[in-house]
Amino acid sequence: MNEKKIIELKGVSKSFDGELILDNIDLKVYEKEFMTLLGPSGCGKTTTLRIIAGFVTPDCGELLFDGEKINEVPPYKRSVNTVFQKYALFPHLNVYENIAFALRLKKTPEEEIYERVEEMLTMVNLRGFEKRDVNLLSGGQQQRVAIARALINKPRVLLLDEPLGALDLKLRKDMQNELKNIQRKTGITFIYVTHDQEEALSMSDTVVVMANGKIQQIGSPTDIYNEPENAFVADFIGESNIIDGVMLDDFKVRFSGHEFVCLDKGFSKNEPVDVVVRPEDVDVVPVEKGMLSGIVDSVTFKGVHYEIIVTINKFKWMIQSTDYVAPAQKIGIYVEPDAIHIMKKSEFSGMFGDYSSFSDELEHLSDVTEEEE
Amino acid sequence: MNKKSLIQKAAASPHIVWSVLFIVAPLIFVMYYAFTDKEGNFTFGNFTELFQASYLEIFMRSVCFAFLATVICLVIAYPIAYFISRAKPKTQKILIMLIMLPMWMNFLIRTYSWMALMEDTGIINSFLGIFGIGPVHMINTAGAVIVGMVYNYLPYMIIPIHSVLSKVDGRLLEAAADLGSNPLTVITKVVFPLSIPGIISGITMVFVPSISTFYISQKLGGGNFDLIGDTIERQFQTAYNYNLGASMSFVLMLLIIISMTIMNKYADDDGGVII
Repeated sequence: MNEKKIIELKGVSKSFDGELILDNIDLKVYEKEFMTLLGPSGCGKTTTLRIIAGFVTPDCGELLFDGEKINEVPPYKRSVNTVFQKYALFPHLNVYENIAFALRLKKTPEEEIYERVEEMLTMVNLRGFEKRDVNLLSGGQQQRVAIARALINKPRVLLLDEPLGALDLKLRKDMQNELKNIQRKTGITFIYVTHDQEEALSMSDTVVVMANGKIQQIGSPTDIYNEPENAFVADFIGESNIIDGVMLDDFKVRFSGHEFVCLDKGFSKNEPVDVVVRPEDVDVVPVEKGMLSGIVDSVTFKGVHYEIIVTINKFKWMIQSTDYVAPAQKIGIYVEPDAIHIMKKSEFSGMFGDYSSFSDELEHLSDVTEEEE
Repeated sequence: MNKKSLIQKAAASPHIVWSVLFIVAPLIFVMYYAFTDKEGNFTFGNFTELFQASYLEIFMRSVCFAFLATVICLVIAYPIAYFISRAKPKTQKILIMLIMLPMWMNFLIRTYSWMALMEDTGIINSFLGIFGIGPVHMINTAGAVIVGMVYNYLPYMIIPIHSVLSKVDGRLLEAAADLGSNPLTVITKVVFPLSIPGIISGITMVFVPSISTFYISQKLGGGNFDLIGDTIERQFQTAYNYNLGASMSFVLMLLIIISMTIMNKYADDDGGVII
């Protein structure tokens, strides 16, 4: 990845109606990077994007573009373009004119406009749609027009605000690939806002996890998944069992009444910590061979694997296993040292990672409210 | 199914009766009188009579006054409507109320008030007199008639434009700014084209009553500026020449239909220029 910084936020804060939405954000975006701002509703990710676009002025802090402060520069003077959440296509213009909008403002010669619009239409697979009414296009097609419209200006940075939120699952997957391809081909920096962790992991070079107006962690998708910084990140990205533990020594942690070998060090002696174990990293073994044992609460078939909820020392673990176990059966579990990840205690400790209240339905509900944002 | 459609027909019948009684029948009467003479014989005579210079002048003047009033209304109303549409929803309601407020008063009283305002010894001139200006002669001029029209019909221009503007999605304005529009081009390239339907209905709602008004010109023009409406009124009320009055109404109707058709055609083409 290119190491040249293109955008930098330094100590940026923003409140609306006395409510702090962004709390002292520091963020560096590099050239040609695909960066995703990931977080639940109200975490400040969209506000961050709108600050970069110029629709929101930060209360304090600096927004730098190529090292120059642009806090007060209006949106139309920034070399940044946006793909809006619900596309915001101009209903009075057809597909061609929507895409040509930015060039017309610059009084570009007609032939050049034609060439570049055609080039954009080819890129988003919409050739032949020039004269169509944008109001009659499908969601996916509108999405493509919005991308073409934003890219024709050859922006240095493209901002995407939950662009795939309104599309159905299948189309979403296709568009994810296409967006990634477009980003590689054009070499434009993408800053992508989403609440969909899977989308974030599969597309990004860098993921920025946000919650409560603060950045919780910045890292590559694998880092974020394997080395979550705190209980919030561990819970938000994928499934995880987060258990209270005590770091006895380097490479030695105690939780659920058992001592485990791990790969983490650098904690003080007997420091209380959060221990993360991913459901797919837990092996189901006969009771006598297990490090811990417990009674199976429920088993759900998920296609690739079974999702097993098991109670061990009053804590409900989620385990993903390809082998079936019967409910109410006593099983043992085995955890490899590299499956254990230790995190420092944080404000989020104890809030996540127990599957006693786990319900698929709730997750769907939270998705719906998210799209209202 | 049958029963339901019967009920549907029954529900529509008051409207049909109303339309026949108060729209179709009067139109038939107008046609009848327009194409007959006093004895009831078919004739084009009423129309050829209209080609006299005095009548042509009246028609020309009516079109000019109505056109001017409409243009002035549009110029005044658009910024007001835009300003209101950018306010908070609660403020918008109050402001629209204020715009509507004068319409709760009788039309005649409002016109009389303008007479009191614009007379040579009226309120405006008394006020100007304090500063040693004037008196400025205002009443009984063409300007006074147009002011009267603009004042009376302005709300009909503001309200349709406001209702369209208030529905323009704020994200479109952001999108335009994002793509390089400065505040001025945001308005010319996005806000204005999107508000054309409101402008069209505003123009219709101002132009039609302006071209057919008869009271404003009599009171504020002092009888010096006969418009079609005044002339038609006189044919029916004073001259008892129903045939000539009807033929004038017929021509007026044609004028309105032609103007509206031309305007809608411009609007349909590409949403660009109007008038």
